[in-house]
Amino acid sequence: MTLYVALCYYDRDQYWDSPPETELSAEYTEFARRATEAGVMRGGEALHPVTMSTTITVSGGKGGDVLLVDGPYAEAKEVLGGYFLLEAADLDEAIAWAAQNPAAWRGKIELRPIAPIHA
Amino acid sequence: MDATDTLVEVLKGEGPRVLATLARTIGDLAVAEDALSEATITALHAWPRTGIPDNPRAWLTVVARRKALDLLRRESARAAKETAAFRWGTGAAPDQIDEAIEAIEPESSLRDDMLRLIFTCCHPALGREAQVALSLRTLARLEVPAIARAFLVPEATMAKRLVRARSKIATARIPYAIPSDTELPGRLAAVLAVVYLVATEAHAPTGGDAVARVDLEAEAIRLARLLAGLMPGEPEALSLLALLLLTSARTCARTDVDGNPVTLADQDRTRWNRAAITEGSAWLSQAVARSGGVAGPYQIQAHLAAAHSTAPSWPVTDWDRIVGLYDLLGSITANPVVALNRAVAVTERDGPEAGLAALKAIVGLEYSHLWHAALADNLRRLGRTSEAAGELHAALTLAPGEVERRLLQGRLRTVRSELG
Repeated sequence: MTLYVALCYYDRDQYWDSPPETELSAEYTEFARRATEAGVMRGGEALHPVTMSTTITVSGGKGGDVLLVDGPYAEAKEVLGGYFLLEAADLDEAIAWAAQNPAAWRGKIELRPIAPIHA
Repeated sequence: MDATDTLVEVLKGEGPRVLATLARTIGDLAVAEDALSEATITALHAWPRTGIPDNPRAWLTVVARRKALDLLRRESARAAKETAAFRWGTGAAPDQIDEAIEAIEPESSLRDDMLRLIFTCCHPALGREAQVALSLRTLARLEVPAIARAFLVPEATMAKRLVRARSKIATARIPYAIPSDTELPGRLAAVLAVVYLVATEAHAPTGGDAVARVDLEAEAIRLARLLAGLMPGEPEALSLLALLLLTSARTCARTDVDGNPVTLADQDRTRWNRAAITEGSAWLSQAVARSGGVAGPYQIQAHLAAAHSTAPSWPVTDWDRIVGLYDLLGSITANPVVALNRAVAVTERDGPEAGLAALKAIVGLEYSHLWHAALADNLRRLGRTSEAAGELHAALTLAPGEVERRLLQGRLRTVRSELG
């Protein structure tokens, strides 16, 4: 089995606590329920708008000063609005599930295999 | 063909089959590819002495399996993969090859392995460039420098492209599987598109000054033949092979003795390859028989190629049928280039006035030298010579390659002489 992160990009920030996003939440929840029941979904969350982001860098190596930037790391036309994790036998299975998440038609979903970090 | 050529042909023919079985049993295309390369080198050393074995595929498979196991052992850190490799058994010692040959996959599972390999190489999660590179390397057994030359990129770039593609297959876990019946039409279309793209590049190279690339054309036909053989029930696979054979039959007549391009209208039809036309027509008949009355785009294009191949001359061509086929093709794929070719046929069928009207109705080809050249041809036939010269000038500034420019300059000279 391979673990994939599904990064959900939209053409504008998503405000999950106000319309129209609130009207769509049932559709997202329904997807999460089905994918979790199928044993494929391994969690995921919606994200607040990038205006809520703080980008941090530790300058000069480990233990250095923590530098902060108000906002996202990169200004992009499309914004990351959420993510979820899929555990699937292969890419085709992951694609088949991701294609059922509303983000796939409301925006775009980038599927990336998770790289295991060996201790 | 000398002994080395025969040997290389056998390796090219059997290589993809060996690779297909290796890829499934090892589960790693990169390791399978390296193992096959090493087995090929072994064969090139051994076979001139021992002669080509009775069953070269079995010989290569056994040797490559052993090489693969060695490769996996060397990468001892990749413990999981080694376990996987041991699942299909340890490598045979050289004296055990005969027994191992008995254990080679039956023909039916080999066919499935080949299909898996093809659909993996042309998986839509890989970019078109990666699909083409992988198909030529993995399925056509073309060497990296040859692929790089064919697509005019540096060798290192092509090598990197291949490494990245194989690595994505392994890391993102692109499945090594035959698509389900519901997915098959779309996935098959992607595979055929890759072969068509190779053939297009061979027929009209995007760079350089060659009229055609005969070597690449042969590879496209090799791939199309492989697909038709593996999927004899898929009419579009058969049609693509028919189309490529029928088109390739004209390649040798597309240049004159001085290497200048010759258009279809002016070609010496006695130079066309009759054997290729006969074989292409036979594949087309099979495709028609299997398509249940619904012709796909490759079948229509093959019919078009056949209509030209069987015509005694350009004027005595069944233009009515050709216009009808372009109408059909245009109804499936709305494409201005199809409309342009249709307009050229309309000129021949109904005369330059009708042809000119059909050309002017096309939107989106303002920057195509072919459109301006076709306008020029109709204007010249209508006696509007200076307008024709203007269109040829426009075509010349837009022509992408030296080959097209030479052709257009020749026409411009003709038109100017008519202007007096």
